[in-house]
Amino acid sequence: MAAALTAAQAGLIGCEHCGLLVRAASADEPGHCPRCGSALESRRRQSIERTWALVIAAAICYIPANLLPVLGTTTLGSTEYDTIMGGVVFLYTSGSWPLALIVLIASVMVPLGKLIALGYLLISVQRRSSSSNRERTRLYRMVEFIGRWSMLDVFVDTFTVALVQLSPLMAVRPGAGVMFFAAVVVLTMIAATTFDPRLIWDAGGEQES
Amino acid sequence: MQTLACPDCDLLQSVPDLPPGGKASCGRCGHVLATGTADPISRPLALTIAALLLLIIANFDPLMGLSAVGRHASTTIIGGAYQMWIEGEQATAVIVGFCAVVAPAGYILFMLMVLLGAGRTPVPGWVGEMLRWAERMRPWSMVEVMMLGILVALIKIAALAKVEPGFGMFAVGVLMLLIPAIEVSFDPHAIWQRVAWVKPKTSPPIAGDSAPEASS
Ligand SMILES: [Zn+2]
Repeated sequence: MAAALTAAQAGLIGCEHCGLLVRAASADEPGHCPRCGSALESRRRQSIERTWALVIAAAICYIPANLLPVLGTTTLGSTEYDTIMGGVVFLYTSGSWPLALIVLIASVMVPLGKLIALGYLLISVQRRSSSSNRERTRLYRMVEFIGRWSMLDVFVDTFTVALVQLSPLMAVRPGAGVMFFAAVVVLTMIAATTFDPRLIWDAGGEQES
Repeated sequence: MQTLACPDCDLLQSVPDLPPGGKASCGRCGHVLATGTADPISRPLALTIAALLLLIIANFDPLMGLSAVGRHASTTIIGGAYQMWIEGEQATAVIVGFCAVVAPAGYILFMLMVLLGAGRTPVPGWVGEMLRWAERMRPWSMVEVMMLGILVALIKIAALAKVEPGFGMFAVGVLMLLIPAIEVSFDPHAIWQRVAWVKPKTSPPIAGDSAPEASS
């Protein structure tokens, strides 16, 4: 074979669940995989629209996630509120700068980086860009891989709240920021699964192979 | 030898039968298409059973305790999610409970069923369904993220009170290593090739991959 062929060009579909290569009955209704029974899709349905919707929703949640407090500490009647950045500063000033750096990267930079990366992938696919396909695929894999780590601060807040209940001396309560933060993580994780990396290659991938 | 479509870029390519430890990557985008495993069932099964035991310990033993001015408090994983719930953060509690308890337990239990079922010939169709569920749970199982979260919480709280790590935390630490070990030793492709087809000999016609009658 001279030119490399994609499954779609050959009228075939690779089942996303079991990997079986199936000849599509028709382009509009490819039917079900005969081996594992899951619905066949040549490309994930409405991939771009759905991913955009999730990215925009996550970007909106990212603002209150950073501005609203994630923890409120009550000591002897007075309450102090901490945002995510406040938590980073606390870790830094209490002498554990490696942890401050980890929380800063996982909670502030990773979610922002994921939103920018997904936005860039979506725009480049919509413009039918055919350059640096390999790099863009790698970027997509990184977004998929790193997504879970931005849940870090939600766990930190949860276990801090669960432990520090020494009333009447001290109590820690969660702030509304936690919920928005968890929403950002969940929305970007779903966005990574609705985005179809095969779209990156659909615009003239043959030039690269 | 079989023909596959790369899941990341859709390129059709032939993948040779791989020796144990061998790896075939997509020539265009670099996605790992297949890995060769010497023993697709018993090693992952042993690791999964170990993970199941640790999962039980991790969920029922306290992760850590805290004492200050004669008072003592301790918490488990579920206790953390429960505290979030009673503090009025129900949505967060559900997400934490799902990522820290339900998804890891789901992944381990579905994998256990897959590996136990895969020993039969022919492999029953429900094994495929369980495998799909295990794969669905995997991205949401965040044991390693939770472990780091617990450590950060411990250091933050250490400024306020005396903190003692509990037995559950060590279980979480080992579980954090076992889950990726299951993944690495497991080859979903080897299972799929043995699974009984949903529609044995009907249309649409099949291309490429070995059909059951040609799988010997
Ligand atoms: Zn590829």
